Amino acid sequence: MEWNTLATALFGPDHGIRQEGDLLHGTVTFDGQAVMVIGTTGHAPIGVRLALAQARAVLDTVSDHPGRPILLLIDTQGQQLRRRDELLGINRAMAHLGMAIDHARRRGHRVLGLVYDQALSGGFITSGLIADACDALPEAEIRVMRIPAMARVTKLPEAMLTELSQSNPVFAPGVDNYVAMGGVRKLWQGDLRGCLREALANASVEDGRARDGAARGGRRLAADVMQRVLDAA
Amino acid sequence: MTTLSYAECSARERLLHLVDAGSFHEWLPPAERLSSPHLAQLGVPSSFDDGVAIGRATLAGRPVFVAAQEGEFMGGGVGEVHGAKLVGLMQRALRDRPDAVLLLAESGGVRLHEANAGLIAVSEVMRAMLDVRAAGIRVIVLIGGANGCFGGMGIVARCADRIVMSDIGRLAMSGPEVIEASHGVDEFDSRDRALVWRTTGGKHRWLTGDCDALLEDDIAAFRAAAIESLGRPAAEVTLERLETEHALLTARLDLLTDAADGDDAVTLWSRLGIPGASRVTEMNVDEVRALRPA
Repeated sequence: MEWNTLATALFGPDHGIRQEGDLLHGTVTFDGQAVMVIGTTGHAPIGVRLALAQARAVLDTVSDHPGRPILLLIDTQGQQLRRRDELLGINRAMAHLGMAIDHARRRGHRVLGLVYDQALSGGFITSGLIADACDALPEAEIRVMRIPAMARVTKLPEAMLTELSQSNPVFAPGVDNYVAMGGVRKLWQGDLRGCLREALANASVEDGRARDGAARGGRRLAADVMQRVLDAA
Repeated sequence: MTTLSYAECSARERLLHLVDAGSFHEWLPPAERLSSPHLAQLGVPSSFDDGVAIGRATLAGRPVFVAAQEGEFMGGGVGEVHGAKLVGLMQRALRDRPDAVLLLAESGGVRLHEANAGLIAVSEVMRAMLDVRAAGIRVIVLIGGANGCFGGMGIVARCADRIVMSDIGRLAMSGPEVIEASHGVDEFDSRDRALVWRTTGGKHRWLTGDCDALLEDDIAAFRAAAIESLGRPAAEVTLERLETEHALLTARLDLLTDAADGDDAVTLWSRLGIPGASRVTEMNVDEVRALRPA
């Protein structure tokens, strides 16, 4: 969904979110409460500059508006694949963004991620995946890699990967797979405002994704392995 | 005394020599045959530890938890089980409160054979590590394996209190091959080893402050640096520290907005105020270490 369509559906035509390049930010009012919206659009590649711009918005929210909920609107093709960004420490800039979001959570800001278009690998780890909870629209796409590329890199037959992806969600792109594995809490269907209201009220501050993955059958081992480490003699 | 190369050791050999002799006690060791069901499904050889050894040990007599990724297995890639072992270790650290958690990182990031699970797992490791730090327990990352520390693990590493790194270690996000495949050889020639190290290697990370100690490829040096790290207070993540970090990264970005003439790594070092920046690549570790205050 186009970001402005989504924003209008959620917050009305005078929503107050601005687009500056690939960055989205602004304060909206929802059910009478101020919510900070920070995000990206245009399948943005997350380079050092865009990671810092988002981190700036998060840190300003923590400083200026203690406790204000933060909604992360996610549309990214992943990390910027440029040598200059690597030279400048893109991993450090992305860690900084992730730690800023994590710090906001710990200071009592409810942080909710929403994948409204696409979310890929590195761009997702330090946005939706570090929030209290991450939801998605049903038409969104989440992946690390498409099956043909995965076949090339792993040198495995594409047909085999395609067939296995029918029964095992770890192989193939798709929001449903991420829901099954617990990486996405919920898909928003129907009344978007109702979905946001429910998410803000119910997103847990605990990381229950491994447990969800086990309960939903998409990631059967992670929670059990974590427990076995805790119990090991 | 002959030195033992950290890079050439396996994950368990590194642990053996890093911590106090005989003190490493492994949890979920290979005898428990905990391997990746996804690799088995693909007919790819699996490993009975899924490529990471975890446990407790002592370091200079102090209790620590340790994890070591095995670069020889799937490049240290993080799959479902591998990631869950790391998360479990962090959760146990939160419960049992060792003096520190040491992560001997060697990883290409998410294991592409089980990419979706690996991606979620890396984010769980990140959150669990930040929980450990919030409890006042230090997390120290050691980097010096041949596969470097890339992808999601490159982000995880930067979430730790401290990074110690050898000059042949590499720390970054996307590997040179991935960037070359995406934007061509003119963007990043992955076979140009000198360029790869100027962009991602230990000396560069030291000069930019992306790592906190620069070492020779010597396991005794890693042990000494780990012990030294234990003597430092845990660095609590505060708004003030995040603002300092933000200012540093913003200033660095502003140093290199132009298309720099010649080599942009040398340009960056020079603009960071590093004396003799053009000679860095010929200097040995001691000389490079002296270019920046510790």
